[in-house]
Formats: sequence, C-alpha cells, structure tokens
Amino acid sequence: MPDTTLTLKMGRATREAYGEALLEVGKKNHDVVVIDADLAKSTYSFMFEKQFPERFFNIGIQEANMVSVASGMASSGKMPFISSFAAFVLCKGFDQLRMGVAYPHLNVKVAGSHGGISIGEDGVSQQSVEDIALACALPGFIVCIPADEYSMKAAVHEAAKHDGPVYLRLGRPKAAIVHEPGVEFEFGKAIELRDGDSLTIVANGLLVGEAVLAAEELASRGINARVLDMHTVKPLDDEVLERASRETGAFVVAEEHLHHGGLGSAVAASLAAHVPAPIEFVDLGDSYAESGKPADLLKKYGMTAENIVAAAERVVKRK
Amino acid sequence: MAVAPAEVSIESLEEIARTLRRDILRMIAAANSGHPGGSLSAVEIVTALYFGGVLREDPRNPDWPDRDRFILSKGHGAPVLYAALAERGYFPTDELMTLRQVNSRLQGHPVQGILPGIEASTGSLGQGLSIGLGHALAGRLSAKDYRTYVLLGDGECQEGQVWEAALAGGNYELDTLTAIVDYNGYQLDGPVNAIQSLEPFAHKWSAFKWNVIEIDGHDLRAVLDAFHRARTHHGQPTCIIAHTVKGKGVTFMENNNEFHGKAPTAEQLEVALSQLSE
Repeated sequence: MPDTTLTLKMGRATREAYGEALLEVGKKNHDVVVIDADLAKSTYSFMFEKQFPERFFNIGIQEANMVSVASGMASSGKMPFISSFAAFVLCKGFDQLRMGVAYPHLNVKVAGSHGGISIGEDGVSQQSVEDIALACALPGFIVCIPADEYSMKAAVHEAAKHDGPVYLRLGRPKAAIVHEPGVEFEFGKAIELRDGDSLTIVANGLLVGEAVLAAEELASRGINARVLDMHTVKPLDDEVLERASRETGAFVVAEEHLHHGGLGSAVAASLAAHVPAPIEFVDLGDSYAESGKPADLLKKYGMTAENIVAAAERVVKRK
Repeated sequence: MAVAPAEVSIESLEEIARTLRRDILRMIAAANSGHPGGSLSAVEIVTALYFGGVLREDPRNPDWPDRDRFILSKGHGAPVLYAALAERGYFPTDELMTLRQVNSRLQGHPVQGILPGIEASTGSLGQGLSIGLGHALAGRLSAKDYRTYVLLGDGECQEGQVWEAALAGGNYELDTLTAIVDYNGYQLDGPVNAIQSLEPFAHKWSAFKWNVIEIDGHDLRAVLDAFHRARTHHGQPTCIIAHTVKGKGVTFMENNNEFHGKAPTAEQLEVALSQLSE
C-alpha cells in the first residue's frame, strides 16, 4: 500500500460485539434463546450462556439439528439466535434453513462466525466464502455483514426487532472502526462513509475499512471516491446505488467472498436493472484460499486497499 | 378438544380409520399423484392421535399455545394428515379434493402456515424430530405441559439428523416428546432391510436413552395403550415402533411397493373403496 496519512483505529472483532449485543437483547426480551453447536467460545455466545444459562442450549456438534430445533422453538414463540461457524451452519444446515426457517418465514436469527478468509491459519475447511450466496438463496432472509463492532451491535438489535429470519456474518479478526458508537443502522440502508464523484466503492464486512483507506489514497491521486458500507446484501439498497450511478458513473465492489452470489452479483444485478455503469470486482474469485496469517491471505488473494485502488483506477478509465 | 379415550369405542375408531382410508384414496386418485402406501400404513396411528383422545387440540383454535403438537416428519404421508384434519373440522372435507392442485392449501407435502393444524413444513426427510425437539424444549422453558408427537417413516430413520435429534432428546430427558416410527418395511426403492437396514432398531433407540414401545401399528387398542404409556413415562422421551403394513386396508396395495408413490386408477379406486365400505 502506498503511503497515506490515514490510519484506522482497530476495534474489537464483530463476533465479540455479537456476544455483547446478545446479552442486551436477552435482557430486554425473555423469549430470546441462544443455541450454539460447540463453538460458543469462538462465536462469543458463551457470554449469553453465563448470564442466562436456562435460555442457552449447547446442542453439540449438530448443526442440522440446531437449525431445526430453532425452527420448532420459533414456532412455539421463542426468538432463537443460533450461532456456529458460517461454513458449518450454512453448509451443513442449509436444507434445514430452507425447509424449517425460510419457507415458513420463522423468526430465527442465524449468526455465522468466521466469515471470509481472514480467519487465517485454520484454513479452507473453516473459511466461509460462500455463506452470502447461500443465505441470499433463502427467500425472505435478511442478509447482513456488519463492518465493525458498533454496526454489529446495532445489527443484532435490529435483528431482534425484525419479525423474520436474519443472517448475520461475524468476523474472527479485530475489525477497523469505521462507524461511531450508536451508529444509525437500518437493514437495507447503506451507510455513506465518504462522498465523492469519481466513482463509488461499495464494500461490506472487513473490506469497508480497506475501502476507506483506498479512498484516502485515491484522493491523493486526484480520484474522489464515494464509499458505501453496504452492510445488507438482501434487501439491497437499490436507491443509493441508483443515485451513486448517476452521480459517480463507476463502481468497485469489494467483499470477502466468492465472486459469484455475493455483494458483487447483487450490485451488478441492481445497476443493470436501473442505471448501468462499469464495475470492477475485488473478491476471492472462483477459488478457495489456504492457511496463513490473515493479512498475508488477504494480500495473496487480492482483497486489500491496494487492490481496491487498482480496481478504482481501472474502472474510472471505463467511464 | 379431543374426546377422552373412555368415551370412544374401538369400533367407532375403526370406522373413522376406514373413512380416512377412503379420503386418502379419493384425494390421491383425484390428484392422480401422491403416496398411498405410507399414508395407509399410518392410519391407525393418526386416528388414535386425533380421534382417540390422545392429542389435546382444538380445531377451532389451531394456534392455541397449550395445544399438543403433532408433526408429520414423513411429509409424503400428507394425505393421512389432511384427511384427519378435515374430518376433525380444521377445514372442510371438500377441500381434500384440491390436493396437489394449483392454489390449494393442500400442498404435495405439508406446509406450515397456510393450512390450520400443520405444525411444520416437511417432505425433506429427517427434520421433524428436531423440530419436535424444539417445540418440546420451548414448552419446558415456558413451563407449559403440552406434549409433542412426531411421526417418522422407517426409511426416514436412515437420515443422520434423526439420530442427532435422538441423541439430544435422550440427553435432555424430554418426556413430553414422543416419536412414532411407521415401520412398514418399505422405502421408495424397495425393502428397508435390503437397502439400509435399521436393525437392531429398538436397541438403537434404547441406547440413545429413549423409552421404547413396540406394537402392531394397526391394532387400535395397542396404539392407544402405547400413547398412554408414553404419557405416563417420566424422565425419558418415548419411541413407539409401530409395525405396520404398507398400503394397509386395500388388498392389492398391501406390501405392494408399486403404490409407494403412485395413484390408483379409476378402476382401482372403485375396487379399493368397495373394500373399505361402511
């Protein structure tokens, strides 16, 4: 990354914020129950277990059973938050989510931790790179990937207010702070972090911080990038994209996910239907990653501020 | 609310069972599509639940929070559930003839939320016992005394998720949960024993810490007695292994796996109905 004066303050991991927010919603609403599948220490749902042991179920290493149990609990009036690694709850529990949660549109909140490749050393089996595509393929689900601890906390509260299924992707590493505490947060409404008219960078999750850094560098090169935290992939904020398309005319979409079926696909479909504009994509492409330090992986697989800058320079030439 | 068993005679239950069998065959024939074999094998089980005073339920109040839950995990047996719900008064019996037609609430497999009395969307095998577990845990948490019943197919018990739920149900000592396995011995492609045997089946449930009762699933007295024993057994969930005959009640369908998922022709329907006349 070329020199920039901007640095972002590192906050806590979004999974940690999830655990804390669970306590808050659990205090307010006694119908909130939490189920985990032997990853409570990693998803931070253990915080809820400590406070409300009678409303916490560690079901064991049974993701399919966990999802269907949540379906039954929701049908009997509870509001289950279920957590595991994103790779496990989505991939192993997908049919159960389809039949038992999405189809009857039940009030189940699904938290998939360790999203993306930035989990690092554990490698491909634990790295969820397809969860957004899968969650978006569940009709009626809200699909949300908060960028930092403050937006994650807000997202958990929004999820508890929403009557219907929600998927939240949580991250393992510490995440750069991009929002203020108590940030105004609504599913389906992007948050503009920086205004600009040369292009729009649309990002979510860990790549929002990278997008902010990239925009700073681009500014030093005379390119004014608008930055949108598109935390909700479904429903997508079509309006903000349409306006950005008219006003900036070019896009970079950055996400920690496979190329197919994630934020990039959603943004491309939205723009094509409304105000088409050139787009460059910063994502994992069509592959898996490997073990390694998170920063090394993001660099090797091309999901850094530097990659966003390069993509931005390409896309403004296509305007 | 359902009538108490003491008030209902076995003869009248047998008559209801015949009515359900006729409904099943008529609606599948009208749809020219559906699963007669596994619907007919479960008729006495479902009759006992809805008409033998087993389920605490109210057709006029299907969302009653204190109702007992019945989940048809073997969703392809939907016709037997639809027939029972209609005869109980959850919806008009005329509607049975809309089975599997466009705009019908009677989907090919049960769908939660569109038809009163349907507790879960099933048809992808293996999920119902887990859903029942969720209902039972929610009930325990809310200090409610409703019971949860889940009807599984024998072939369905080849699904791994059934054993995830069995493991958890046993460990949670959920004595408000009762599984019934319609052990008719056949699955789509042939005999269960030839494809992927479940035996020793009762031992498996016992090993998972379940109270196990084995019965002839067409003997209404035995079925009612098994539900009574399940209700009065404490500290463990109960699994009732009901030995049944696929296609029961129609001579040319009994143990004839051709009728796993095939509708009778008009002529076959006529013969079948004559065998099930009042």
